[in-house]
Amino acid sequence: MARISLRDVKKSYGQTHVIKGVDIDIDDGEFCVFVGPSGCGKSTLLRMIAGLEDISSGELKIGETVVNELPPAQRGVAMVFQSYAIFPHMTVRENVAFGLTISGASKEEKDAKVAEAARILQMEHLLDRRPSQLSGGQRQRVAIGRAIVRKPQVFLFDEPLSNLDAALRMDMRMEIGKLHQQLGATMIYVTHDQVEAMTLADKIVVLKDGMVMQIGAPMDLYHDPANLFVAGFLGAPSMNFIKVKVQGVNGGKVLVSNAALDPVEVSGKRASFKVGDEAILGLRPQYLAVAQGAGKLHGAVALTERLGAETVVEVTLKDGNPLIAALSHDAVFDIGAQMNLDFDPEKAHLFPNEPGAGSVNKH
Amino acid sequence: MAMIAADNRGLRLVTRYAVLVLIAIIFVFPLVFMLMSSLKPDQQLLEDSSNLRAFLPVGDISLTNYYEAFQRAPVATFVFNSVLVTGVTVALSLLLCSAAGFAFVFVNWKGRDTLLALLLATLILPFETIAIPLLMMVAHLPWVGFDGLSWGWLNSYHVQIVPFIADGLTVFLFVQYFKDLPGELIEAARVEGASWWQIYRKIVMPLSGPIFATAAILKFLVMYNQYLWPLMVTQEEGYRPVMVGLQYFFQLNVAWGEVMAYLSLITVPVLAFYLYLQKAFIASIASTGVKG
Repeated sequence: MARISLRDVKKSYGQTHVIKGVDIDIDDGEFCVFVGPSGCGKSTLLRMIAGLEDISSGELKIGETVVNELPPAQRGVAMVFQSYAIFPHMTVRENVAFGLTISGASKEEKDAKVAEAARILQMEHLLDRRPSQLSGGQRQRVAIGRAIVRKPQVFLFDEPLSNLDAALRMDMRMEIGKLHQQLGATMIYVTHDQVEAMTLADKIVVLKDGMVMQIGAPMDLYHDPANLFVAGFLGAPSMNFIKVKVQGVNGGKVLVSNAALDPVEVSGKRASFKVGDEAILGLRPQYLAVAQGAGKLHGAVALTERLGAETVVEVTLKDGNPLIAALSHDAVFDIGAQMNLDFDPEKAHLFPNEPGAGSVNKH
Repeated sequence: MAMIAADNRGLRLVTRYAVLVLIAIIFVFPLVFMLMSSLKPDQQLLEDSSNLRAFLPVGDISLTNYYEAFQRAPVATFVFNSVLVTGVTVALSLLLCSAAGFAFVFVNWKGRDTLLALLLATLILPFETIAIPLLMMVAHLPWVGFDGLSWGWLNSYHVQIVPFIADGLTVFLFVQYFKDLPGELIEAARVEGASWWQIYRKIVMPLSGPIFATAAILKFLVMYNQYLWPLMVTQEEGYRPVMVGLQYFFQLNVAWGEVMAYLSLITVPVLAFYLYLQKAFIASIASTGVKG
């Protein structure tokens, strides 16, 4: 097991900068998830830690050793690939034992370690089969088995569940979580699926365009996103962003409103706002409720989706912008009916109106 | 309706088999003609060649032509030379060209793309254009053999082997095949601690059976049919291959029966090699036909 630290790590292909200076610390035994949209550089970063991609500049440490120039095999890492990457001409036993065979382990040692890995992953009955005789989930187990058998310092997972169907993905996700508890090893997991990130991680690193947007515990990121991108990326349905005008500033509190929003005082800790500024108010759909009285937000019902335990309502606000509310009960609304919504100002997030802010609004 | 469908299926089947039989005839008949003619005296062979008897073992059938062929030329020596030169070249070529293909596809090194482009450019050069420069070169090269150091490679086995071990086409075949192997398999092996040699030997080679068989067949045919180069570099009978040996049958009076007997004899190794690799080829497809 080991601590991992990345200091100003960069990666370029010619003039194309893929990773633009990343600083990350991952503690011993921590489960860290790199999450971000396609092309954000999360897989490249993982491959750099594995040693499969060169590091253009910066420093990568595993434990106390700078490993920038070390080949993959000497970094003490094991990796599980998206396509499983199990060798089709070998049996499951030979696949799992591959690393041990390469390192010249004795037959007894191999047998014992393979049996132990097979027991942990409940695949004793598969050991003599070939990969072509296995299902997707079983192949994934083999790939994980090959990783754990060498007892590496660090496990690297590159979108390991994305080739599985939804039900199996959930099962395997829980198994990976259990495996982490069982082994207590440092794990880095790359995914674009925020549910995997939220459920598995001790620490989430949100990446965009080769830069770190925010690092923190899942709930810290959810409740206190540092910027519009993180706010919009985590949570489903994603956060509503409403363009508002600053009406007053009182210490750390900012009074905002717009045509559909009555004046409301929210925390202004993310920037120094001035009266007259335009800003973005972020509201999670789950924290919106149908107002008992006049409410704070006003619009009309455009669409409802009844999911049983939850009702997702799309509201067209008075200023014409859409808004999503996820109500935690089953409810019926007429399309076009007036709707007033309320929310707890403590749970609202105010962001400065950055260029491109609208692009992360995923309505 | 069902009957019409059944009739159509039957008709299609008959047509398909008719076409296949026709193709088989086109390919097999020259071989049958060669074999049958090798058993007949010259006069009968010429008479039969204008009718269907040419393909049948009828008339004065004997192995005399084979006996005469052995009398006229050292057939066994020629076949041995060809099999030796071809076998060694094919084995070394598969090893070297596949290793080169591996390095071009999986290993990052400076100048890789330029060198590959240069190598591929050699494909457009006909052998005849480099034959003379190559001859002048090998005539002066040193060689360390069982007899110690010698100069000039002429009249030897290695002069027929070494220049043909590496060739652009074989490397190209391996490069194309290796490009289609999943890169993650190689990366997984690297993370597991395998050296480049171990990756080549334990991952890439077992997954590349079909291309090894294909490259072996192509190389075998090229080497076994070598004529111009051995004619240029071997003056001694003891080193000459089968195709050069064919000249022995066209000096003075041409005995066609003996020619056919000689051709039949030298075809045997080719057929044997092909049939052997055909099995390996199918087996290798079966073992690697794994969905990923």
